[in-house]
Amino acid sequence: MTVLLLLTILAVLAAAGYVLGRRRALAVAGGDPKQLHSLPGFYGWHTAILAFVPGFLVLLLWLVIQPLVIERGVAAHLPESVQADPAARQLALADVRRVASGLDVALSQGALTEGAIAALDASATDLRAKLGEVGVALGAAVSPEVLAAAKDYREATARAATLRAVVIIALALGGLAWALKRIAPDFWARNRVEKVVLWLLMLASLIAILTTIGIIWSMLSESINFFRQYPIGDFFFGLTWSPKFGGGSELGFIPLFWGTIYITVIALLVAVPLGLFAAIYLAEYASKRTRSWIKPMIEVIAGIPTVVYGLFALITVGPFLRDVFAQPFGLGSSGSSVMTAGVVIGILNIPFISSLSDDIINAVPQSLRDGSFGIGATRSETIRQVVLPAALPGIAGAILMGASRAIGETMIVVMGAGAAAKLSLNPFEAMTTMTVKIVGQLTGDTDFHSPETLVAFALGMTLFVITLCLNVLAVWIVRKYREQYE
Amino acid sequence: MSDTTATLPGEPKRGSILVASDRMRRRNRIEGIFRWLGLTAIVASLSVLALMLFTIFRDGSSAFFQAKLSFPVTLEAQVLDPAGNRSRDEMVKQTTVTYGKVLEGAFLAALAEKGIQTADIPEKDIRTMLSKAGPGELRARVLAEPGLLGQTIEVTVLAGGRIDGYLKGRVTMQSAERDGNVTTEQLVLADRLKDAGMLGLSWNWNFLTNPDASDQRPEAAGLGVAIIGSAFMMVLVLIMCVPVGVASSIYLEEFAPKNRFTDLIEVNIANLAAVPSIVYGILGLAIFINFAGFPQSSSLVGALVLSLQTLPTVIIATRASIRAVPPSIRDAALGVGASRMQTVFHHVLPLAMPGILTGTILGLASALGETAPLLLIGMVAFVSNHPSGPLDGGILDPATALPVQVYSWATRSDPAFIERSNGAIIVLLVFLLAMNVTAILLRRKFERRW
Repeated sequence: MTVLLLLTILAVLAAAGYVLGRRRALAVAGGDPKQLHSLPGFYGWHTAILAFVPGFLVLLLWLVIQPLVIERGVAAHLPESVQADPAARQLALADVRRVASGLDVALSQGALTEGAIAALDASATDLRAKLGEVGVALGAAVSPEVLAAAKDYREATARAATLRAVVIIALALGGLAWALKRIAPDFWARNRVEKVVLWLLMLASLIAILTTIGIIWSMLSESINFFRQYPIGDFFFGLTWSPKFGGGSELGFIPLFWGTIYITVIALLVAVPLGLFAAIYLAEYASKRTRSWIKPMIEVIAGIPTVVYGLFALITVGPFLRDVFAQPFGLGSSGSSVMTAGVVIGILNIPFISSLSDDIINAVPQSLRDGSFGIGATRSETIRQVVLPAALPGIAGAILMGASRAIGETMIVVMGAGAAAKLSLNPFEAMTTMTVKIVGQLTGDTDFHSPETLVAFALGMTLFVITLCLNVLAVWIVRKYREQYE
Repeated sequence: MSDTTATLPGEPKRGSILVASDRMRRRNRIEGIFRWLGLTAIVASLSVLALMLFTIFRDGSSAFFQAKLSFPVTLEAQVLDPAGNRSRDEMVKQTTVTYGKVLEGAFLAALAEKGIQTADIPEKDIRTMLSKAGPGELRARVLAEPGLLGQTIEVTVLAGGRIDGYLKGRVTMQSAERDGNVTTEQLVLADRLKDAGMLGLSWNWNFLTNPDASDQRPEAAGLGVAIIGSAFMMVLVLIMCVPVGVASSIYLEEFAPKNRFTDLIEVNIANLAAVPSIVYGILGLAIFINFAGFPQSSSLVGALVLSLQTLPTVIIATRASIRAVPPSIRDAALGVGASRMQTVFHHVLPLAMPGILTGTILGLASALGETAPLLLIGMVAFVSNHPSGPLDGGILDPATALPVQVYSWATRSDPAFIERSNGAIIVLLVFLLAMNVTAILLRRKFERRW
């Protein structure tokens, strides 16, 4: 019985539980809901929960434990030498699983019968060719040990599936019956149901924490693997980035870091003045009507996917900068450059900076402005000497967050910055960033356990730490230097 | 106090409020410049946006039209079904090579019949004007309907990518001279074919339904797999992300005690919202693919990654709209005897629903445009088969997504793919626009000020 079918059965039993529980509650109360502690629906829910939850939890647990138990049993068929070596054992078990699932496919397509499988002899029939016919590709010919293990595996799985179905359905029925039996006018069904719901809500909010743990765990474990193969000092202080397939790669972090920082600085040089002035105009000069039109239009910039900006950088901005600036001044002949990526990321960040600054400027109390106007300052003097100083911590925070976004930006740099890791000051040269290399190393065809691939996790970890620090710093600055009005 | 004014050292310079002094004029000029700078910043930002949208529509709208050749083809039964029994198993033995020959022969015959001058062009160049996708389409058509054998049918096949480009103005006589894939003679012939009515641009549904095609056949490439993949992922994100997001918002806003642990959750959510998207891709690769063993490039893994990434957005929006429901509503419900759970589910949540919906749609829209994490979980792979339906395990089949397709076409060398890439962006932007408009309309209709 498949997992999906079991889940359906559980759901049906739960639905039945709701109806039966509700009906029984009413019957117990003699048809008068006022005699009950809780509304009849709660008795229904209580029954449904007891029918569904225990079976569901056992099913989850079963799904985790079953493969472990079966594999231990099956591994006994494998030769001693294979059992001793964990890597070889893993490979052999993967073979066993593949053969077993291949036999299942062959069975479902009618190429083999249950009896034929039992009589299969690895030395007599070419199982690999046979399974190839039904569309199951095997890497190597099937050895007798693997075939025996695979047969065993199938049997054990089938036995386990039957047992699982029996246990779970029994649990569900038991839960249902027990819940029905407990229904009485003075049974506090609502409180119990609400407690379960509260638990569910709490579990949902734990997912945020699990995500963070997942991020840190996944990157940390692979980064540690990487640093076992490649010295940590060479990574963080190496000046050359030249991964080679055959080994002997130099994986220095500095050129990537330099490219990232350079692009981020250019992006901020574009985004901060434009975003800040736009915010000032919108907050201080624009009429309400203009504001209600312009603000959403600027926010459209942030709503367009970054890959669109990447294409814009690749086919419009890059060639334009190359033909107008780089080539006439002899600065380079590449369309993809630090400048291209920086300018485009800057444009993308304008709405981010402007809407954050806009909020901050609006939070400065009107009384400060009125005071300034009262002693004769013009609007721009008020803005420069009163509003901006008051809003400065918030704006600094916004700029730091903008920097963090620019550092983590991926598609625009992948398509617009180039792939050559260089340490150069020329902004019209192609350089590369951490995010470009994460994509490059993880989408290639290299062996997953080679340092050339694992370096991406170390880069990801570094990226995560840098952006996290910038964000924490931004929040800290805003908290610490915020003026408390009123 | 009047004695202090008397002891002022020297008379201040007097001016009239009616006549501006130099200093005042300078201050006013600075004022003007400052205001002008603000306006310039806005105009500059918006014009870059307009320029970008303009280039996309200029370069991309032609992807929805395709150059097609139409001419009669006689399907010789002896050639295509030598066994003569019309059985599918026998007919599949004739590969696209055979069909290609039939198609090319018919094309040459049609040229001769129409009296189009072809003497100055090598026969090989005439043949390559047909798309490499043509024979496959003809074969599929014949296999589906063996009764066509022996008849003469009118077929419409794709013209080659360069001929298509010539009709759209992307390929010119000058560029053809430098291009190894097309000759100027072919373009001249294309003009003659156009005049004879055999060649023309027509609306291209295949762009929205076909799967991706290989480098040699840009004219056959379409967004079918990408649209299905994106649709699967959006539905799955909706199913996985919204219940969890709403549940955790309810807990944090209405039930969570104020302690270290809930503070930790709060800080976590704020930080997760600022984590670069590519980090979620690394998470997906390490946990869902390498650890849990889900199939690479499947919509399921894509949706899991996007759900985790969208979760903070949904939580933040939901919490804001739950908070906007005034406490008096809760007090009233509690006052008539509702439990806290009933208050939340019967009163607070329905009132917060419009805000939650708006936030959810906007979160989905940003998930729809997300590219980087999907690259890492292998969705950039070339997928030439449509995924199966959602109930047949289609969410485990390899698929791509719209933004990923934009990227993978943009990186191919043939300029014809740039047109496709821009066309894909147009499709993507239409979806995004629809979602945003829905969100705005919902907000307008249900927005409530307390």
